[in-house]
Amino acid sequence: MSNIPTELKYTTTHEWLKDEGNGLYRVGITEHAQSLLGDMVFIDLPECQRRYGENEECATAESVKAASDIYSPLSGEVVEVNTRLEDAPELINHSPYDEGWIFVIKASESLQFDDFLSPQEYQTLIAD
Amino acid sequence: MSDLKKTALYIQHEKNRALMVDFHGWLMPLHYGSQINEHHAVRNDAGMFDVSHMTIIDLHGDKTFIFLRELLANDVAKLTIPGKALYSAMLTPEGGVIDDLIVYFFTHKFCRMVVNSATREKDLDWIKTHAGRYCVAIDVRDDLSLIAIQGPNARDKVSQLLTPAQREDVAGMKPFFGIQTGQLFIATTGYTGEKGYEIALPSELAEDFWQKLEQVGVQCCGLGARDTLRLEAGMNLYGQEMDETTSPLIANMEWTIGWEPQDRDFIGRKALEKQRNAVSEQLIGLVMQGKGVLRRHLPVICTDRQGNTCHGVITSGSFSPTLQRSIALARVPMNVVEHATVVLRGAPQAVRIVKPVFVRNGTSVID
Repeated sequence: MSNIPTELKYTTTHEWLKDEGNGLYRVGITEHAQSLLGDMVFIDLPECQRRYGENEECATAESVKAASDIYSPLSGEVVEVNTRLEDAPELINHSPYDEGWIFVIKASESLQFDDFLSPQEYQTLIAD
Repeated sequence: MSDLKKTALYIQHEKNRALMVDFHGWLMPLHYGSQINEHHAVRNDAGMFDVSHMTIIDLHGDKTFIFLRELLANDVAKLTIPGKALYSAMLTPEGGVIDDLIVYFFTHKFCRMVVNSATREKDLDWIKTHAGRYCVAIDVRDDLSLIAIQGPNARDKVSQLLTPAQREDVAGMKPFFGIQTGQLFIATTGYTGEKGYEIALPSELAEDFWQKLEQVGVQCCGLGARDTLRLEAGMNLYGQEMDETTSPLIANMEWTIGWEPQDRDFIGRKALEKQRNAVSEQLIGLVMQGKGVLRRHLPVICTDRQGNTCHGVITSGSFSPTLQRSIALARVPMNVVEHATVVLRGAPQAVRIVKPVFVRNGTSVID
């Protein structure tokens, strides 16, 4: 059974979002996603202060098994990236929801947090 | 996954929370949490692999030796000391590789082969087709399990589980030997580039032996680590570096062909002799400095000594946990210069061509 924190929202492409207030959202990949990918070896982070569109490819997580694109769950400007991942990509494996966060994005318009998958809906998605 | 075959160690893998995957019809552990940690355990200490999916074949009969001198591209006549092992290809008449295997010599009437699992059925068909003429009996040892224990401390840790008599039997064993001692067949072979053993034992004893190995501190390792370890060691994987469409001469296996004596007419010999003077490709190693991971099937853009662009292909690629960068095996034309390029996700990346061995006994050999 995969760990799916109840305070987060999810996407169908296995990113999680955390509402940090003031239109800021912290983004990472789920425990389920990291377990499918296996040991991380390189992370290509998004560019800080760059604008990304909704569902735009913005980062890459490369594991022993495969390279996997990470998509921006919303349109906005990346305001912070987790540079620790450059030297320690395994943080995504060990702590996908905490130390393994990938970037913080400032939404370009106010959005309904409820538009994303709830923990229950994400659980259903990965159970299929 | 109910149709998949399970080894005698399946319950142990489940107990150790392995991620189980379909490996050519077998339900096998890919890793037990982190394949990179498992890889490091083998390079720095000791790790163990359940390789019971591999097929052990015993050959009995007065003409066993004569039969193997026809069946295998390497010459078992090189084996004179009982227990000595030999790596060989088994070829089609056209010189393609049916499989690569290890053969152990016990007597001229009794030898043992260990072949790959993915090729099991076609190997057995091929062997039986040719064995009949020599009245060699084929005994498939599905009653045995096979555990590889590898790493600088592997032999010491195994030693703790042996009886005094067994310990005496394995003392001073040279590389590439196998010995039956008590219930264990202990061989100084492996697929990691480290010292260690491959141990065949009756399947009903396998779980107990596996658990005892855990108790003396041997790390459980899955097929993921097995693949990165063999890649670092520059060892071929059947189906990637070679198959029936590949000549051993372009798969770094020239050294395994027993050309002498010239009158030994092994299967595939005539085809290989024709190819021998016109070899146009080679298997080399690639090392990448930058970020990213070289993957199988990616094209390699090379330059020959005249400055012309030519192309090759990656046969196996991964991240090397020991070297902390990506490495690969690739087939490229002969006479290419050291610097080449691989396009990764749209971006050209510089790679260096090296001899196809990256790590030996825990140490980098590429610099």
